Amino acid sequence: MKILVAVKQVPDTATQVKISADPRAIDTTGITWIVSPYDEFAVEEALRIKEKRGQGEVVAVSLGPERVKEALRSCLAMGCDRAIHLNDPAWNDADTLVTSKALAAVVKQEAPQLLLCGRQAIDDDMGAVAAQLAELLGWPCASWIMEEAIDGDGKTVRTARQVEGGLEVFDLPLPAVLTAQKGLNEPRYPTLRGIMGAKKKEIRDVKAADLGWAPEPPQLSVVTLEALPPRPPGRILQGDVPTAVKELVRSLREEAKAI
Amino acid sequence: MKLDATEEQQMIQAMAREFAETAIRPVAAEIDREGRFPHETVKRMGELGLMGVAIPEPWGGSGADTVAYVLALEEIAKACGSHAAIMSVNNSLYCDPVYKFGTDAQRERFLRPAAAGHALGGFALSEPQAGSDARNQQTLAVRDGGHYVLNGRKQFVTNGREAAFVLVFCATDRAKAHRGITALVVEKGTTGFLVPKTEDKLGIRASDTAELVFEDCRVPTANRLGEEGMGFKIALATLDGGRVGIAAQAVGLAAGAFERSVAYARERKSFGVAIGQHQMVQWMLADMATAIDGARLLTLRAAGLKDKGRPYTTAAAMAKLFAAETAMKVTTDAVQVHGGYGFIKDYEVERYFRDAKITQIYEGTSQIQKLVIARAVLGGTE
Ligand SMILES: Cc1cc2nc3c(=O)[nH]c(=O)nc-3n(C[C@H](O)[C@H](O)[C@H](O)COP(=O)(O)OP(=O)(O)OC[C@H]3O[C@@H](n4cnc5c(N)ncnc54)[C@H](O)[C@@H]3O)c2cc1C
Ligand SMILES: Cc1cc2nc3c(=O)[nH]c(=O)nc-3n(C[C@H](O)[C@H](O)[C@H](O)COP(=O)(O)OP(=O)(O)OC[C@H]3O[C@@H](n4cnc5c(N)ncnc54)[C@H](O)[C@@H]3O)c2cc1C
Repeated sequence: MKILVAVKQVPDTATQVKISADPRAIDTTGITWIVSPYDEFAVEEALRIKEKRGQGEVVAVSLGPERVKEALRSCLAMGCDRAIHLNDPAWNDADTLVTSKALAAVVKQEAPQLLLCGRQAIDDDMGAVAAQLAELLGWPCASWIMEEAIDGDGKTVRTARQVEGGLEVFDLPLPAVLTAQKGLNEPRYPTLRGIMGAKKKEIRDVKAADLGWAPEPPQLSVVTLEALPPRPPGRILQGDVPTAVKELVRSLREEAKAI
Repeated sequence: MKLDATEEQQMIQAMAREFAETAIRPVAAEIDREGRFPHETVKRMGELGLMGVAIPEPWGGSGADTVAYVLALEEIAKACGSHAAIMSVNNSLYCDPVYKFGTDAQRERFLRPAAAGHALGGFALSEPQAGSDARNQQTLAVRDGGHYVLNGRKQFVTNGREAAFVLVFCATDRAKAHRGITALVVEKGTTGFLVPKTEDKLGIRASDTAELVFEDCRVPTANRLGEEGMGFKIALATLDGGRVGIAAQAVGLAAGAFERSVAYARERKSFGVAIGQHQMVQWMLADMATAIDGARLLTLRAAGLKDKGRPYTTAAAMAKLFAAETAMKVTTDAVQVHGGYGFIKDYEVERYFRDAKITQIYEGTSQIQKLVIARAVLGGTE
């Protein structure tokens, strides 16, 4: 079974995001880049499917600038067989739909039986690409999955997705798109051998022209980014317990409007 | 001069850091308190390839290099000194000499399982009367047909209880002094190979430090590493590499204690300000940061020389000396920055302080490193 995993490179979760001189972008100096954590669940699940079936191919695919190669190399170190890098300035301003269209073109070329994504990328939290991909491909899609089981013939997949208070179970015919929720699995660490072997695996650069891509303006554009207002400092309530409790209830109701 | 790590080295370092932080650090205090060998995490380190970092893949290793090894080892030590001791002995003191001096048949039997992390290796040079003076080997091996009959006592063997294989140094010809020392791989379970005691220690308490006793222990001559009489050369060459590992362990302990100290100095208030605002605390933190960087650079230089196949005995001794002294000084000051809380087991710096001490002692005390360095300075040979 051939499985494609779409991954996005995002700033490390520990990054203190700063807005750059251009207020439509973040300042990327000094940022450590990682594979978006939900995408790691997707990579892990793809590798487990391959291992369970005893055969198959897992291909990581990502769209973005040159630095994205590092994220793809992490996927290769984890065990993906090869990678595809959509690497062209034509996609510099890509919105989610442009991204999805480019990825869909690659998916069509590769014709996998399964496309795995994270439920959303942790940078802009749009959570749109996987659903748009499914729509563009005409494939069924289950998002926020917590479990999956592919039948022996590789014709259908049973998934359980997280809903309020429980799991919702779906059967989907393959090919299909699944998006990974936290809890689907525990991603492995790349082994040293995996890391040492990653350089020997293929990362294929794909240009817009390779996909017969006619440049397309994004329909979404960022107007401006605004930093969150600094959080007001915490407050320790003074006085004996009855007084403090009264003050706590009052401020929760009148200031925080939480009750 | 290039100081940038390669992409692979960076990925190995990042993996080791994340594994150490999420899998090792949470158990470090408990295994230290209980003096319990961390089987579970050591097994996972083996699966990740951390137990044979620089051993080529065909022999069960990861095929990386010494620089990657010290970067990874520093990260492990940052979380736990005991794990770092277990890892460094298996990598530097066992796998390295068996790879370097072993025949293919020996590599197959004795190296592959240890490099792949399926079994542990140990290194038994020290004896009750042979520590710094390691030439004074009293353990005796007498040839008897296809075997050596081994008798004697080894002291302070790291991994001694857990190891499946121990590289044992012994005298095969007393008349030849250190030229009569031979190295044998002894397998756990061999009749006459006893482990009567493990030590109760100040630091690295989760690593087992064992006394080994050999009573008419018959070891096949096929287990001899190198020629008869080559043992001391093998021991010295091995310790050069080992010292780079201990330097990395020391840097990691110092760096771990330093990170906790910086965080504490930001949070803890006295006289109305964070203690990090007091110049005397800043002074300690600045000295710590500088010494750690210096120790790390010396360690990386020694590792780089080893990888290039250049002489590195003096560089390794300098790295080990400076890193060990730095670890002791930095962890002492880390306790100081924490004030009374640094003296309490709830705060990790207390453990780093105890763990740091061994780095000044094993694989050659700081005094012995100075002897090695002085000999080079005064025109010895390398
Ligand atoms: C936890 C632990 C783990 C260990 N692991 C191993 C292991 O895996 N394998 C192994 O073989 N050994 C191991 N050792 C032994 C260790 O290498 C020795 O303890 C060390 O070499 C010092 O030897 P010693 O204890 O006999 O001290 P001694 O040699 O008796 O030294 C006592 C003091 O005298 C000083 N001194 C001695 N000679 C000189 C000199 N010529 N000039 C100046 N000063 C000198 C020393 O620096 C030291 O301060 C371990 C020890 C410990 C505590
Ligand atoms: C085992 C033990 C027994 C004790 N017994 C007693 C006892 O019987 N009775 C009792 O009352 N107390 C006792 N103490 C408390 C002890 O006196 C305090 O821990 C000590 O005074 C340090 O205070 P602290 O721990 O709050 O550290 P902090 O005051 O928070 O100091 C943290 C660090 O900041 C530095 N620092 C703080 N202020 C400044 C400054 N202005 N300029 C420069 N550096 C500064 C300190 O030197 C230290 O390095 C005990 C503590 C321990 C650990």
